[in-house]
Amino acid sequence: MNHAPQVKKFIVENFYVSDANALGPETSLLEGGYVDSTGMLEIVTFLEEKFSIKVAEEELVPENFETIARICAYLERKQAKA
Amino acid sequence: MCGIAGCVALRPGAAPPSIEDLTAMAGAMRHRGPDEFGLYRDARAGLAHARLSIIDLATGQQPLCNEDGTLWIVFNGEIFNYLELREELQALGHRFRTRSDTEVIVHAWEAWGEDSFARFNGQFAVGLWDGRAEALVLARDRLGVRPLYLAEQGGRLWFASEVRALFAGAPELPRALDPVGLSETFTFWTVVPPQAVFQGVSELEPGHVRVYRDGAVRDRAFWTPRYPAAPGEGFQGTLPEAAERVEAALEQAVRLRMLRADVPVGSYLSGGLDSSLVAALGRRVKGERFLTFSLRFENAEYDETSYQRAAVARIGSDHREVVVGPNDIAEVFPEVVLHAERPLLRTAPAPLFLLSRLVRDSGIKVVLTGEGADEMFAGYDLFREGQVRRFWGRQPASKARPRLLERLYPYLARSPVAQQGMAREFFGRNREQGKLPGFAHQTRWGPAAALQRLFTEEVRRAAGEVDVVGRLLASLPPEFPRWRALAQDQYLEVRTLLAGYLLASQGDRMLMANSVEGRFPFLDADVVELANALPPSYKLRGLDEKHVLKRAARQLVPEEILRRPKQPYRAPDALSFVGPQAPEWVGETLSPEAVRQAGVFAPEGVARLWKKCQASGGGAQFSNADNMALVGVLSTGLLVQQLVRRPPERATAVPFRTVVDRLTHPGAGPRPANETESRPS
Repeated sequence: MNHAPQVKKFIVENFYVSDANALGPETSLLEGGYVDSTGMLEIVTFLEEKFSIKVAEEELVPENFETIARICAYLERKQAKA
Repeated sequence: MCGIAGCVALRPGAAPPSIEDLTAMAGAMRHRGPDEFGLYRDARAGLAHARLSIIDLATGQQPLCNEDGTLWIVFNGEIFNYLELREELQALGHRFRTRSDTEVIVHAWEAWGEDSFARFNGQFAVGLWDGRAEALVLARDRLGVRPLYLAEQGGRLWFASEVRALFAGAPELPRALDPVGLSETFTFWTVVPPQAVFQGVSELEPGHVRVYRDGAVRDRAFWTPRYPAAPGEGFQGTLPEAAERVEAALEQAVRLRMLRADVPVGSYLSGGLDSSLVAALGRRVKGERFLTFSLRFENAEYDETSYQRAAVARIGSDHREVVVGPNDIAEVFPEVVLHAERPLLRTAPAPLFLLSRLVRDSGIKVVLTGEGADEMFAGYDLFREGQVRRFWGRQPASKARPRLLERLYPYLARSPVAQQGMAREFFGRNREQGKLPGFAHQTRWGPAAALQRLFTEEVRRAAGEVDVVGRLLASLPPEFPRWRALAQDQYLEVRTLLAGYLLASQGDRMLMANSVEGRFPFLDADVVELANALPPSYKLRGLDEKHVLKRAARQLVPEEILRRPKQPYRAPDALSFVGPQAPEWVGETLSPEAVRQAGVFAPEGVARLWKKCQASGGGAQFSNADNMALVGVLSTGLLVQQLVRRPPERATAVPFRTVVDRLTHPGAGPRPANETESRPS
């Protein structure tokens, strides 16, 4: 299932992104200035609530949350395991 | 303490300044100096002055001149060592007509020229017109306590204590926000002089003197912060010796600031170490009735009442308080922005506006404050954080070293696992680059700069033409790399947040808005030189901040204040503007139409931000980013409404006491410094 639209909608709204078109699946959320570390927490909370997953400590690495594409890939792995 | 302004034709033959323009400038600074007004004009130069009378009440009027009337001055501030300088100058043959510190500057300039300013222990902004040399001299104190803005247009130079006075005196100046100034604000939390937030306006850098003469401009630093650069440099004594020296220097600094005033001096009292120490020393110097002033917050998270009361009990002061609730902040915020004259990312100036009002209403014109202690003695979390991150970065893989962050921020130890992980991510970024300039400040500048995503595309593009962090780091003094890491962090803190925000938006502007002068013992010239000379480990001992200062304060400040963890001064931010009681201007300023008109932020982004803040409700915790974004957008909108779109108010009548108009009296000879005449209305 493609989670990208939902994830993107959350990021655009929660981090008050002006130009949603500039935010692509591979845009770096940290380097691009969209999200800071407390913002990452908001993303984790959103994922846990929306998709009923539990993010483990060792999974809290940029590789999992750096871009929308990585977040979606992470979500799919989690849901496949569940 | 006062407001100063002036206009100079940069080329001979250009139109002389008009009395109307000078009147408008003086009128725009009425809040800075409601007691007396004065102006001077000749064919090339005009000076205007609004006076808050503090020293030499009877004969200290301005503008004021030298013996033969060739040198005229407007001056805002205090030269605390003026009596000593006066003696020196008298020994050199200079004759004085007044008891003011203003006249000391005039004679000092005659005797020592540009070297005068480094001799001043004070807080000042000065405009000197040398009619004989046809030269304008502008100077500003070492750390930027007193403001000074400049603008050039059509062969004329305008200067003033506040941008509002520039706009009032020169309505032909364009009024628009500068994208690079906005970019600095949304990075450093402030513009860094000489950059200003208005296009075409600049700010004289602290510690600089600038001379306009013969069509040329020369600007140089007469002072910059210096720290030990090699072993053997700096203070070589023991820690107890350092504490003794610090106490003595501070007491002398307080003494100068208490006694060099012809009106009563009170003190702010926050409940923290710095103002408690200053107030205790003030009480000791005064030895009698002494007024202290505190801010209390309805919201317990920000309140420090118990510590304030403990300090008052110890000091025995006559204490006054003002209690601040969230609605109070929203109510005064437009006026706060009008006085700050720049966007704010925090509401913290607003309570200070209410506090200076309390001071004024109590009949006091001058207060001591504890400002500057955190910069000089390393009080900020940012310094401790920088040390921990560098320590961790020397063993980047260490699991134990990042645990020190929990000592720094105890809430982390109690936080959910996810938050701890993210904190490590945040503080650990680039941790192996601890030697790079600006390393400690990355954790502040990065998140603030991320908010530029709210800018319109056009503003972002224009702002992007200057890499503001790169520009700042390219302008560091050559010896910077040889300073210890803590000294580097202190220097950057002084250069950015002290001058641009703490002394301006939270300092001068909020004090002068209510005609109150602040005096800053921790920024005394001798205290600063001593503090800068101390080894870093005396200031930050392990993670114990302001260590030497706490030792110096042992006999003066209650134990509970010495032991309490440092609480940064903060006020409710976004929380002040949400909920049913928020004033109407909040919604109006955030409306897509108003945001579009202001032209700084994209309406879509602001709408999402506002929706998120509203959805959080009254009780929710806002993230740091949300707080800064909402306060930044609101203050920028208010700034545009009040200082860009609204035409400047031009006072047409000001009750001048001193008027020297050489243009209508071309044959008039020199006048004594204190002789005044009334202007025919």
